[in-house]
Amino acid sequence: MKKLLLGNEALAQGAIDAGISGVYAYPGTPSTEITEYIQRSKTAKELNIHSQWSVNEKTAMEAALGMSYAGKRAMTVMKHVGLNVAADVFMNMSVSGINGGLVVVVADDPSMHSSQNEQDSRYYGRFAMIPILEPSNQQECYEITKYAFDLSENMGLPIMIRLVTRLSHSRAGINVGDRIAENKIHLPLNSTQFQLIPMHARGRYQHLVDIQADSRESSENSSFNKSFDGKDTSMGIIAAGIAYNYLMENYEDGECPYPILKISQYPLPKTSIKNLFDTCKKILVLEDGYPFIEEIISDFLGENRNVIGRLSGHVNRVGELNPDSIKKALGFKVEVTDSIPKVVSGRPPELCVGCGHRDLFDAINQLGKEQNTQKVFGDIGCYALGALPPFNSINTLIDMGASITMAKGASDAGIHPSIAVIGDSTFTHSGMTGLLDAVIENTPITVIISDNSAIAMTGAQDSSASGRLVTICKGIGVKEEHLKVLTPLHKNLEENINVIREEINYQGVSVIISQRPCVQLSKEKKDNVKHLQAVSIN
Amino acid sequence: MKINIILAGVGGQGILTIAAVLDTAALASNLNIKQSEVHGMSQRGGAVQSHVRISDTEIYSDLIPLGKADMIISVEPMELLRYLPFLKKDGLLVTDSNPFNNITDYPELEELYSEIKSHSNTILVDAKKIAKELGNSRATNIVLLGAASSQLPLSDESLQQAIKTLFERKGEKVVLKNIEAYHKGKEIATATI
Repeated sequence: MKKLLLGNEALAQGAIDAGISGVYAYPGTPSTEITEYIQRSKTAKELNIHSQWSVNEKTAMEAALGMSYAGKRAMTVMKHVGLNVAADVFMNMSVSGINGGLVVVVADDPSMHSSQNEQDSRYYGRFAMIPILEPSNQQECYEITKYAFDLSENMGLPIMIRLVTRLSHSRAGINVGDRIAENKIHLPLNSTQFQLIPMHARGRYQHLVDIQADSRESSENSSFNKSFDGKDTSMGIIAAGIAYNYLMENYEDGECPYPILKISQYPLPKTSIKNLFDTCKKILVLEDGYPFIEEIISDFLGENRNVIGRLSGHVNRVGELNPDSIKKALGFKVEVTDSIPKVVSGRPPELCVGCGHRDLFDAINQLGKEQNTQKVFGDIGCYALGALPPFNSINTLIDMGASITMAKGASDAGIHPSIAVIGDSTFTHSGMTGLLDAVIENTPITVIISDNSAIAMTGAQDSSASGRLVTICKGIGVKEEHLKVLTPLHKNLEENINVIREEINYQGVSVIISQRPCVQLSKEKKDNVKHLQAVSIN
Repeated sequence: MKINIILAGVGGQGILTIAAVLDTAALASNLNIKQSEVHGMSQRGGAVQSHVRISDTEIYSDLIPLGKADMIISVEPMELLRYLPFLKKDGLLVTDSNPFNNITDYPELEELYSEIKSHSNTILVDAKKIAKELGNSRATNIVLLGAASSQLPLSDESLQQAIKTLFERKGEKVVLKNIEAYHKGKEIATATI
């Protein structure tokens, strides 16, 4: 019988069946369930497939490259902005190439359901000059992943698989095939490939440039790129990934009158696209995310080619696609009977009842009444909801770890107090190095680590910081007398305000660890966290 | 045969359990399914929805187009109305009557109810009360599923079997309570329509 799987889970099953020896990832919506599926999989356990969370996306991708160096197949998984963190290794490992198959899965979030931007990872894939695969449905998520590992080993390159939220988080029945065994350890024949000192890197880069023709040929012949005939050649349609589904939704029984080129492998297949140009009067490009394909195939001055899509304004430029946005682009009318009644109020997400972040924000807000506001630098996590009413406690939210370094820069500019609020896992992800910057100059900032001992927003995964924060801060050089631990509970409000006030008044780096386990954690996990914390303080 | 269902509620209210029952029953009946759901930030006490599509032919889009939903099942009365633009003409509305009030500007209940009742094809039911009377207030969602069941292209047996499969891990008592909740919902719907 078919297995009922999310797009993410189908991809994960594909990776297990492709014989991976490890997955390396940091949680991030909409990518999280890929790694979680492998963590839960009985087969993966029996095979001892590595699936422990990494501290961040860069450490994850580098570990995956190390596993590939050893000759085994590895996968690294992240959300789109996670690739920014891993960009250093990402850009260089396309130059070095790989040994065992290496697949980079990036889940984009058009419409920013749970993200700060809607960057399109296909630009990164093109930047690194590697093949990109973009499945259109759950079955393809499974099959394309198996194919990706073979392609990786055939080309000697890492391969990117690009997902979007709606495919990651939608279920369907999947036909699952056979699993192949993992690779045996086999070191690279010539390890100069991985020594990117200029004399070797130049040769490797030339090689990367030289194999672009092979990469394009692979796309031309890919069974995932499909051409469909159509009688009405007044328009040809290029539909990438999930956009193909939204397109077909608009035609009963899948009878689209226009010729279609479905794209699920890049670089773009030039011959197929040329055929479409030659037979059709204009080209409509449907793609979720940025107008990536449209930009490549449009004439710069827009005079010689009749290409329409998100760039030309025929399809919404921002936000995700859906069947209705494409319906409009096809010239059909969207028929709606009812509108949302006026009586309906908005219901934004909020912090859970009983959440420790709430009590921390209460304390910060009380202090805010004494001090000037607009001086609290926030970070990525549940506590980002502190930017919304009723708290309005944090003033910035940019990227993982930016709270500490922005607070430092603002302090350097003469702002006082300058407060950073960062979660425990975000701190170990990208906050530690910024704290070292501040310690080196003894910059007057107050860093509050709101420690709930979980990666809470993505589903309360284990945090790398659990039980380690005090030791880490001391090790970085925070003075013991300015390293405080408090418990964010309403009964401690006055006491907590006093601690924060005192540290704000100190003209140097202070760290306050506001410590209470996430309410979403199971009792067993909470007990474990308390144990770790007790051990670390003693 | 093709049916489009929107499930609505607030993060944590258990709409994905309804989705899981529908998916499991449809899969066992050899039908195609697509079911999109919300993970991440919005799950924290915010408005959430799931699109469930079941068909004996190929389903393309994971999202239901506007005006094409055959029914909306909601575990919260205001959340029901949020997705009205998706409902087809004379589509079915099924909702619990109990508000989940975690916002400062929650509307007057009477206003909500009269808006809901202005639609012709509506089942507005105190499913929570029914579930409580059965001794399992967490089965509210299954009461609502039962209430919608006569309009689903899935057999009674397949739905009950799906409930059994999904709750098996939690013990026989939980399975029986949920089956009971399903039947109660079904009865109420027959009395309402």
